[in-house]
Amino acid sequence: MMGYQFMGYVRPDGQVGARNHVAVIPSVTCAGDVCSAIVRQVAGTVGYFHHQGCCQLPPDLDRVTETLISLGKSPNVAAALVVSLGCEGTDHEKLVEEIRKTGKPVRIIRIQEMGGVSAAIKEGIDAASELVMEVSDLQRQPVDISRVTMAIKCGASDTTSGMASNCVIGYVADKLVDLGATVVFGETTEFIGGEHLLARRGVDPSVGEKVYEIVNKMETRAKSLGCDMRRGQPTPGNIEGGLSSIEEKSLGAIVKSGTRPIQGVLEYPEAIGDRKGLWIKDTPGREPEILTGMAATGAQFMMFSTGRGAPQGFPTMPVLKVCGNPNTYERMRHDMDVNAGRIITGEKTIEEVGEEAFEAILALLSGRMTKNETLGYHSSIDIYTLGPVI
Amino acid sequence: MAELKIALKVHNKDNVATIFDNGVYDGAEVEVRDKRGKSEVVKVRGLVPYGHKIAVRDIAQGELIIKYGEEIGIATRDIRKGDYVHVHNLDSMRGRGDWKEEGK
Repeated sequence: MMGYQFMGYVRPDGQVGARNHVAVIPSVTCAGDVCSAIVRQVAGTVGYFHHQGCCQLPPDLDRVTETLISLGKSPNVAAALVVSLGCEGTDHEKLVEEIRKTGKPVRIIRIQEMGGVSAAIKEGIDAASELVMEVSDLQRQPVDISRVTMAIKCGASDTTSGMASNCVIGYVADKLVDLGATVVFGETTEFIGGEHLLARRGVDPSVGEKVYEIVNKMETRAKSLGCDMRRGQPTPGNIEGGLSSIEEKSLGAIVKSGTRPIQGVLEYPEAIGDRKGLWIKDTPGREPEILTGMAATGAQFMMFSTGRGAPQGFPTMPVLKVCGNPNTYERMRHDMDVNAGRIITGEKTIEEVGEEAFEAILALLSGRMTKNETLGYHSSIDIYTLGPVI
Repeated sequence: MAELKIALKVHNKDNVATIFDNGVYDGAEVEVRDKRGKSEVVKVRGLVPYGHKIAVRDIAQGELIIKYGEEIGIATRDIRKGDYVHVHNLDSMRGRGDWKEEGK
């Protein structure tokens, strides 16, 4: 098969970035305001404004620490500034140590130790500014497409999603897997009703068993309040768009995973490393949590299918929007990158739009911004935790 | 006479088809097409919005509703061919915390 290259930033640990951001990482939600002051002031920085990191059960605190480590290590991040309050439940020292292992520049500021908010903002601005200067002249170089990890998701779906935009993503997913790259999909809630089809595609029986296990856990959680999950999933928008049940939504959603074998299931905070092929990550369907989980995987970009028009993005992971509904595409053309609505109207085939999308991806990886990036609509970030806030 | 609006049937086993068109009114006739290009004209009962489904055969209460060749729910009442199919006559069978056990 023909090879494809893109222009990427080769990191000290061998990973390849499609962007060159300095990430400002609050180790706890209470450091968020200091981070936002720094990000507002210093060009080239982005913030991970999550709402976790304290007064949670230990497994959740570990999960938050691990997720933040994976975000810091992700290849689109060139350098990181960790902002700690000082008394939080996450392990901010480990956060710094682990990100530093990639060889990227990392700094930390501590709000309580530095004498409060204004002092921390001043220190943080100076530190971030130095980090930006340090990485700002890194150069892109040609790399093979097999170094890429694509995350996929669908959001604000309607019945066009399963028949057009998800089919386009499935086409691209198969193509990338065949080229030796990595593809990760999630949204465990949207396996409900289609899990038997996914389980059959596991490379060995243990993968199928794991698929049933994560779906079971998710469904048990959903049922624990003793009500019909409908309106939570499918959402009112999904229902208005013609999706009648979670089963119908799921069957349309899993189309985007393509047809290749499933190698295994990743835990939410886990980074993909150098594993290739098609993988599942155990995530919910809601945007902030899945976008964060997928960026933590180390995906350089996400392909995101929508029917009703979902505008969300992520600070360090460009999101390419593929719209299946021709009416929505016309209404929201400034948010939608690829028009898969032409499949519904019969103007184009899945393969034709799939090839167009693939070209758009090569451009994106080499630096071309998505509509979502230019709009800076990327505050949809949060970490998926399991237990209560205490 | 104007061209008939199309309803798409994804899989042979499906007992519903999806209409990607606006202005399908009660009593309108649509052409149900399957993947092999076979088609049949069906009279629609009810107002069917863009992207919503109709039954392509009679479905008895308690019978499974099939799309993509897989079950997407259960009929909560008798559904006639051409009827609008959605949350008013289709029940999800999953994530039902309100059911004592799965499947009822």
